Amino acid sequence: MPSLGADMEAGTLVEWLKHPGDGVTRGDIIAVVDTAKGAIEIEVFEDGTIESVHVKPGEKVPVGTVLALIRGTGPERPGHPPGHPSAAAALRTPPAAPMPNAPAVAPAAPAAPSPAQAAAREQPGRVRVSPLARKLAADLGVDLTHMTGTGAQAAITREDVERAAAALKTPAPQPPAPPPDRSTAMRATIAAAMARSKREIPHYYLSTTIDISVALAWLRKENEKRPITQRLLPAALLIKTVALALRDVPELNGYWIDGGFRKGAGIHIGSAISLRGGGLVAPALHDADTLDLTTLMRQLQDLVARARTGSLRSSELADPTITVTNLGEQGVESTFGIIYPPQVALVGFGKIMERPWIGSGKIEARPLLTATLSADHRASDGHRGGVFLTAIDRLLQTPERL
Amino acid sequence: MGTTTYREAVRTALTEALVKDPRVFLMGEDVGKYGGSYAVSKGLLAEFGPERIRDTPLSESTFVGAGIGAALGGMRPIVEVMTVNFSLLALDQIVNNAATIRHMSGGQFSIPLVIRMATGAGRQLAAQHAHSLEGWYAHIPGIRIVAPATLEDARGMLWTALEDPDPVLIFEHQTLYNMEGPLADEAGAVDIDHAAIRRPGKDLSLITYGGTLGKTLQAAETLASEGIDAEVIDLRTLRPLDMATILDSVKKTHRAVIVDEGWKSGSLSAEIVARLVEHAFYELDAPLARVCSAEVPIPYPKHLEDAALPQPPAIVAAAREVVGRRG
Repeated sequence: MPSLGADMEAGTLVEWLKHPGDGVTRGDIIAVVDTAKGAIEIEVFEDGTIESVHVKPGEKVPVGTVLALIRGTGPERPGHPPGHPSAAAALRTPPAAPMPNAPAVAPAAPAAPSPAQAAAREQPGRVRVSPLARKLAADLGVDLTHMTGTGAQAAITREDVERAAAALKTPAPQPPAPPPDRSTAMRATIAAAMARSKREIPHYYLSTTIDISVALAWLRKENEKRPITQRLLPAALLIKTVALALRDVPELNGYWIDGGFRKGAGIHIGSAISLRGGGLVAPALHDADTLDLTTLMRQLQDLVARARTGSLRSSELADPTITVTNLGEQGVESTFGIIYPPQVALVGFGKIMERPWIGSGKIEARPLLTATLSADHRASDGHRGGVFLTAIDRLLQTPERL
Repeated sequence: MGTTTYREAVRTALTEALVKDPRVFLMGEDVGKYGGSYAVSKGLLAEFGPERIRDTPLSESTFVGAGIGAALGGMRPIVEVMTVNFSLLALDQIVNNAATIRHMSGGQFSIPLVIRMATGAGRQLAAQHAHSLEGWYAHIPGIRIVAPATLEDARGMLWTALEDPDPVLIFEHQTLYNMEGPLADEAGAVDIDHAAIRRPGKDLSLITYGGTLGKTLQAAETLASEGIDAEVIDLRTLRPLDMATILDSVKKTHRAVIVDEGWKSGSLSAEIVARLVEHAFYELDAPLARVCSAEVPIPYPKHLEDAALPQPPAIVAAAREVVGRRG
């Protein structure tokens, strides 16, 4: 079960689109998984043949559970007898997007444990939970972290979980609440991610006002040449600008994991999309710095449409390296966002407004845009953040080169 | 309902078999003139004659092999081996012949042989007469292993074993022969497929068989006085294991302690633990535990022998531990 975001803990398999014996190639969609963010299409990152599937439709399993084994096309690994399934690759999240707290899917072949894994194993304070209690806690939604066990070796037992579940229920003698819907679940997911962000990430905030008249003029002229279906929105321009500016300031593009910065393997811009039922997702436009504007616009439209119908792909949710939020569409002048962990930066754009502007010694009415940066001070300093916002301004003055 | 002993119950079963089926005969060391080393066959020579109650030379390999041959030839032999320790001399006959011939002959031949032997410690007979090796035999496909722990089973398992077309080994714990109790006059054949719940309970499952059943029931009473309601399972048949009964019990109690006079290493108790982990992991609310013999050859001195064997206080302590109570 791939991690489709830092705070995803489990997912429900909806259906298998490929079955044992089917050949798969990197990028194929092989399954659909339901999460708080909607039904997500799971892509495969290996070439090979599905050897076996281990989770049935309808089953909810924690992140890291092996969903399927894929027999790779390469030579058998030494150390495994031919035909042994451990030679097959377990379905896993793209290696470009390691997520803390979400254990990587168990590798099929033994791999050297990372220092973090080793540290987790040696943790002396590991909570003892009986298998039955753990299963029951998952079913009843009981949090085990601060519970005291009364069982053998002070383990948390079924009784402890039942007592905790009863205690959860007692203060609410009202009629049973309606079952939590997706928006409740998403609210909880956002709450956890944002609370974690504010708890862990020392944010710094920068803001700059950009004269966007040149870019808009170019856009108007460009759109006159295009059929209606291919017209560009300012959002496409802004995303491309952010992607190119990140080439200059790569320390804003990536993740803060295990006390260190890891540069993103590409520039994958997470584009915040609000959903009709409430909540939001920020799926990735992959390698946005290499896309021409027409392609980027098409992909953005596709992404928005799929986000709203709930058919995003696993890689889109799992590997954004930065987030862009564009609240200007709602008429807001500027936005200072909260970074989506483990990312290290979030770029916000406000509304484009005609305002007085002093250029060449004259006061003129110009369309202006407020660009903001929320960044993780552990990964970058204000100076570099400033360089980044300045690069955005500079790039927007030569839109024809985008 | 009359009162009887385990020894008499086995003798009654032997008599019944000899009367009912002319193909049945008993053979072994000292089973005739001496009446059996545990006096089980006392009087049978006079009643049935030397043709059917046969004393053998001191050669386990020979007379077990002769039993296999007789079974192949259409007889229904009951071979008595004095103790499981001595049966090791016949291991080749049991493991390489009795257990394999049906399979190696493509089902053309079967070995309807019954081998009875005493097992276990507790009577100061020292290491060469006191081991519990039935778990070893339970490792072998092709033979059935049963362990009567009650008067009913001592009375009833033999006939069912004789009806089995394949070899059945009956392990009689040597401390049980003097066990006395009521037995229904109409008591007869019993099934040898299923484990039995000897005491129902809800807090944990105590899984045992043979010579430790009584000790385990005793421990369960002590536990009951402390408010711990233990279920006691008598395995009865050690191969094939009745996992359905064991799993049903553990799915109810979510905790298990296995009590076995065999040693822990590579043992029947280890096998049961493994199967519970394989098939009931998410039912377990506590680590599984075992109470087994100390890993030493069983000592001769009384106090050391007692210390080496599973005893009720150790069973009680293990049960308390898995239900999370110490003291």
